[in-house]
Amino acid sequence: MPMSSALLREQIQTALGDRCDAAFDLKKSAYQALPSAAVEIPRGTLTEIAGSASSGRTSLLHCLMAEVCARQEFCALIDAGDRFDPASAAAAGVRLSQVLWVRCGGNAEHALKAVDLLVQGGGFGLVAMDLGDLPVKTVHRIPMASWFRLRHAVENTRTALLVLARQSHTQSCAALKIEMAAARPVWRGWLPGCILDGLEAAAECIREHRGQRVGFSIAR
Amino acid sequence: MFACLHAPGNASLLLECAAYFSPLIEETSQDTVVFDVRGLRSLYGSPEKLAEEMQRRVGIDANLAIAANPDAAVHAARGIPGVTIVSPKRAATILAPLPVYLLGGSPEFARTVDLWGIRTFGELAALPVLGVASRLSEEGANMQQLARGAGRRQLRLLDTPLVFIEEADLEDSIEDLEPLLFLLAQMIEKLCRRLQFHALSTNEIRLRLRLERAPEHCLVLRPPVPILKQKILLKLLQLELREKPPQAPVERVHLEMMPVRPRTTQHGLFLPSAPEPEQLEVTLARIRGLVGAENVGAPEMLDTWRTDAYRMSVLTIRAEETPAPLRPKLALRRFRPPCPAQVWCTGEGKPARIVSSIADGRVVACAGPWRTSGDWWSGEEWDRQEWDVEIQRVSVSRVVQDCLVGRWFVEGNYD
Repeated sequence: MPMSSALLREQIQTALGDRCDAAFDLKKSAYQALPSAAVEIPRGTLTEIAGSASSGRTSLLHCLMAEVCARQEFCALIDAGDRFDPASAAAAGVRLSQVLWVRCGGNAEHALKAVDLLVQGGGFGLVAMDLGDLPVKTVHRIPMASWFRLRHAVENTRTALLVLARQSHTQSCAALKIEMAAARPVWRGWLPGCILDGLEAAAECIREHRGQRVGFSIAR
Repeated sequence: MFACLHAPGNASLLLECAAYFSPLIEETSQDTVVFDVRGLRSLYGSPEKLAEEMQRRVGIDANLAIAANPDAAVHAARGIPGVTIVSPKRAATILAPLPVYLLGGSPEFARTVDLWGIRTFGELAALPVLGVASRLSEEGANMQQLARGAGRRQLRLLDTPLVFIEEADLEDSIEDLEPLLFLLAQMIEKLCRRLQFHALSTNEIRLRLRLERAPEHCLVLRPPVPILKQKILLKLLQLELREKPPQAPVERVHLEMMPVRPRTTQHGLFLPSAPEPEQLEVTLARIRGLVGAENVGAPEMLDTWRTDAYRMSVLTIRAEETPAPLRPKLALRRFRPPCPAQVWCTGEGKPARIVSSIADGRVVACAGPWRTSGDWWSGEEWDRQEWDVEIQRVSVSRVVQDCLVGRWFVEGNYD
C-alpha cells in the first residue's frame, strides 16, 4: 500500500506538476537528480545498478561519487565485500576526504544496518551499498521488507541511495534500475605493445517499467 | 567598576558567585573576593540591580560593595554591613566613618596614627596631604588616598586551571550498565553545565572506573569535533561501554572532560548539505560497533608506490570544490587479500590460461608486463609484474606475479 501511494503521487506529480508546481515543491526537491556522464540518479529514492563482473558498474559508481564530491557533498560507501580501490576512485575524481568508507567483511546484514543508520542520520549526497561480489544467494536472502524500509527511509531526503549488485534484487523498491550489459574491453595498439584502454559499456535504465538503452565509454 | 563580597568562612561560595559574573577575580583574603564587573550594565542595568542579582546569586548573608576601584570596594564591604554602592563622587563621604585599622599598613603606621588620635578614614582623609607625606612617608600618602576612596591598583587575578572532573564513590557497587549510565548522565549534565558556563566545549572524555578486585577500567573518547550536547556525549559513552564493558562491579566513577573552545561555523543558505558532525559521530560509533573501528573512516592514500597502500582516517566535515568528471574512468575492484591463481604462460611469457577460485578461463588478450619494485631498503621489499588480461567470457582482470616468490595472484577485476 505505501508503495502504491508513492507511485500514485509520482503519477499525479508528473501529470499536474507543470500546472501547479507549488503543490509539489517537497517532492520536486527530493527528486532532484544527480546527473552523470551516463545516467541521472534521482535523489530521495533507491536506485539499483546490476551487472556482472567487468560490466562497468563500479566505474559508473565512481563517476557518481566524483560528481557528488564535486558539489561539495559527502558520499558514504558501504562496501560489503571490501572491493573498493581508493586509488582508482581518486583517479576518477573522487575526493577521498569526502568519502565515508565502511568495510563490512562480506556481511550483508551489517551492510544493511550501516546503510539504514547512515540514511537515517542524513546529510550525505549519496549512500552507496556495494553488494557486487557477494554470492547471489546471500543477497537474495535479504527480505523485501528491508528494501522497503530503506526506500521509505530515503524518501523525502536529498540523499540518493544506490545499490550495486550482480543481479537485480530490490524489485519494485527501486525507482530506477540500471542493468549493465557485458562490456567490451578496448585494447589499443598491436601486440606486444598493446594496452588496455578502457571499456565500452552499455546500460539499460528502467524507470517506471520503461527501459532506455544508454551506451558510454569508460576511459583508462 | 569592581564588586567585593565579604562573608567569613564561605570562600568557595564567594568564589563561585564571583565566577558567575566575571572571569577576573581576586581572592583578597579567605573571606573577601573582589572581581571586575565592568561591562555588565548592558546585562543587568544599574549597579543597584547588579547588586540585587549578586545577592540573589550568593544566597547567604554576605556584605556586598560596588565601587570604582578594588580598594574602595574591599573597605566598604568589610566595614559596612549589607549592600553598599560607592559612587566615585561620594566615596570619601561613604568611607569616612570606617575604622582606620581596615586600611592595614605597617605596624609603625598603625602606631603613629593611633598616637595622633586618628580613628576613622574621614579623620585621616582630612589631614593635610603634604604634612602626612613628610611625616608618614610614601605609605602614609598612599593610605590617605585609600581613605579618600581614591585607590588605584590592578586586581591580583586568581590563576586557577580549569578542571572539569566529576567523581562518585559508590556505597553499593554497580554491576549493570543501566544504573551506571544513569549516574553518568547526571555527571555529564553537571560537567556540560560548567563547560557551558565558561563558554567551552569538549573534545576528549576520560572515564575511569575503579572495579572490585579488578584493575581500573579506562575509556577515552575523542570526538573529531568539540561537543557539548549531553545526549550525544551520553550516547557515545553508552556505545563505548557496550563495546568495552567493565569486567567487574564498579566501586568508583571518575569522569573528566578536557575543555576546548567550541566549534564555530557559519552556515550558508546556499551551501550543500553535509552530515551534522555530532549526529554523525553517534552514527559512526554505532557502525563501529557493528563492523569494527578499523573498518570505518575516510580512505587516505599513502605516499608510496606500493599497491593498495592506504589508511583509514577520520572523516572531517570539510568539503572542497573539485571539478566534475567528464566521463567515467576505469575502476578496479580489488580482492583483499589477492586471490592465488595458477597461470600458464606462452613461450613468450604471456599469460595464456588462468585458474583461480574467482576467474577460470583462457586469456584472449593481455597487456604487460609492468614491473614495479620498492622498499628494498627496508624489510618489506616488494617486486612484482602486472598483467591486464581479458579472460574469455569471465572478466577483465589484473593479474600479478610476485617476483620474490614466483607466485601468481588475481589482484582485481576492472569494472
